[in-house]
Amino acid sequence: MSNAVIHIGVITKRNLLANLRLPDVLVLSTIQPVTFMLLFLYVFGGAIENALPAAAQGEYINWLVPGILAQSAVFGAAPTAFGLNRDRANGVIDRFRSLPMARSAVLAGRTLADLVRNAFILTLQLGVGIALGFRLQTSIWHLLAAMALALAFGYACSWIMATLGLAMKNAEAIQAAVYLVVFPLTLTSSVFLPTSTMPEWLATFADHQPITIVSNALRGLTLGEGALPVGHTIAGEVLTALAWTVGILVVFVPLAIRTYRRAVS
Amino acid sequence: MSNAIISVEHLLKAYGEVKALDGLSLDIERGVIFALLGPNGAGKTTLIRILATLLRADGGTAHVAGYDVRRNPAEVRRRIGLAGQYAAVDDYLTGRENTEMTGRLYGLPRRQARARAGEVLERLHLADAADRQVKTYSGGMRRRIDLAASLVGEPDILFLDEPTTGVDPASRRDIWGLIHDLVDGGTTVLLTTQYLEEADQLADRIAVIDHGRLVSEGTAEQLKARTGGSVLELSVPDDQRDSAVAILGGVDGGHATYDTHRGTLVLPARRGANTLREALQRLDGAGIRPDDIGLHQPTLDDVFLHLTGRAPAPSALAERTMV
Ligand SMILES: Nc1ncnc2c1ncn2[C@@H]1O[C@H](COP(=O)(O)OP(=O)(O)OP(=O)(O)O)[C@@H](O)[C@H]1O
Ligand SMILES: [Mg+2]
Repeated sequence: MSNAVIHIGVITKRNLLANLRLPDVLVLSTIQPVTFMLLFLYVFGGAIENALPAAAQGEYINWLVPGILAQSAVFGAAPTAFGLNRDRANGVIDRFRSLPMARSAVLAGRTLADLVRNAFILTLQLGVGIALGFRLQTSIWHLLAAMALALAFGYACSWIMATLGLAMKNAEAIQAAVYLVVFPLTLTSSVFLPTSTMPEWLATFADHQPITIVSNALRGLTLGEGALPVGHTIAGEVLTALAWTVGILVVFVPLAIRTYRRAVS
Repeated sequence: MSNAIISVEHLLKAYGEVKALDGLSLDIERGVIFALLGPNGAGKTTLIRILATLLRADGGTAHVAGYDVRRNPAEVRRRIGLAGQYAAVDDYLTGRENTEMTGRLYGLPRRQARARAGEVLERLHLADAADRQVKTYSGGMRRRIDLAASLVGEPDILFLDEPTTGVDPASRRDIWGLIHDLVDGGTTVLLTTQYLEEADQLADRIAVIDHGRLVSEGTAEQLKARTGGSVLELSVPDDQRDSAVAILGGVDGGHATYDTHRGTLVLPARRGANTLREALQRLDGAGIRPDDIGLHQPTLDDVFLHLTGRAPAPSALAERTMV
């Protein structure tokens, strides 16, 4: 094994141990998406069912679960920013930077640990969704592809968060930046409602932003093509979602590494 | 200097208007304990961070183990260990996990990392606590774990930024003993300290820096000798302090400085008893009666005061009461 791989493994393990030994963070970040799902299901569900495409079988939960998986994948990237910020404030990043290790190992180890965490949260959320009545309309392979796509997109978002967490010093400022951007973005998407219910100017934006694309791709994969806007195909949505994922990685991996190199505590 | 393992030439680093390093030059020989001494904000941490490849200088050059820190940071990192001013350890890991992890990051195979971690923990008297999470440790134990992590890779050069700040006197002696052992084993140690007796007892050579510049460099004895033959120390009533400072100005070509910690005025006394006599005559003429006056051999406190115009940090070792 090359040194870089060992280093990434060591750092990933360290970060995963934090999840196990500081369980409050994990518990909170698990409760949040489950609460969201319950809230939207029972508060909005009744009013919304008429606006749903036939593929949802008249059940809001079928519409909601793929959308909320997309949302959680994005929210699940935020801890990358907080974790790196904390490491910098504690001087741990200084220690790592003084060691003979690959520059990328700290970031790779952090984002991989957050990927594992996200996989855990998304699986749990899917389980809760099934318990609340979500019914898969396609095959198990489609479902696995959907989970993989959600996680890949979340992983790409982790690199945006890594850049943010290293570029900004103040943890509260990061918190504000994350929620000011991520919350409105998930609301102005197809996560909770078909964009056809939005005013035209907003629908135009919502239709083209990546969280909608990923939600649609997950919906296509779990509910079938009938769940997509007219003229869209499952393959088309999945490819566009993958293009966003790769695009974000291409921009933000080098940017995060550069920010890491310059990070001075 | 051929034997210099650390060599710094005209280093510059500015933060906006503040010149943290202002043309600092320094050579450090292999196998010594070298102490950086200076008041708060002198630039000690900045220098250590540049040498440890964490920070880029704005100008000048620095070589560590023969490698330019800017051009060849990877080679430098293979040979250094760093314990920063604040302990950089993970609270939720045990002491052993922290140390082992750093060993792995130095490139040691798992088994060797475990063995080295065990040795280092033993040496720092942390073996009993090694399997507890660091969040249960005292401040002194945290520092020692941080030190353990910096040692586990067996570095040639060790940077210690205030290694004993916030450490109780017993642990401090432990750390001093360890540093001595390391140097016997061939390691070069560059440390910063606020405690003059630490520099005095531990360091082979001392550099006093202030405002990012080298003020003086040498052994403790050389520094003391440079202050002049002996030192005149006197205490006067508070309301007469300023006039006393003014009156004593120019005695022996030096000037009196108020030491805020000792609560006394300090003046170089190159002519010994003659300086004392002249000072007393001048004070008498101005109607100032010192409560106490005496000559003594210069201590590092006097050197520090003389060179930086500021009193050193209060000592944690000496049981000195401050009024
Ligand atoms: N990141 C920074 N941004 C702005 N100014 C800084 C920064 N780091 C250091 N400085 C300034 O540079 C100067 C030197 O700081 P440095 O930390 O090197 O001093 P020091 O000798 O280690 O002091 P101390 O004894 O307090 O640790 C100080 O005036 C400090 O305020
Ligand atoms: Mg400092």
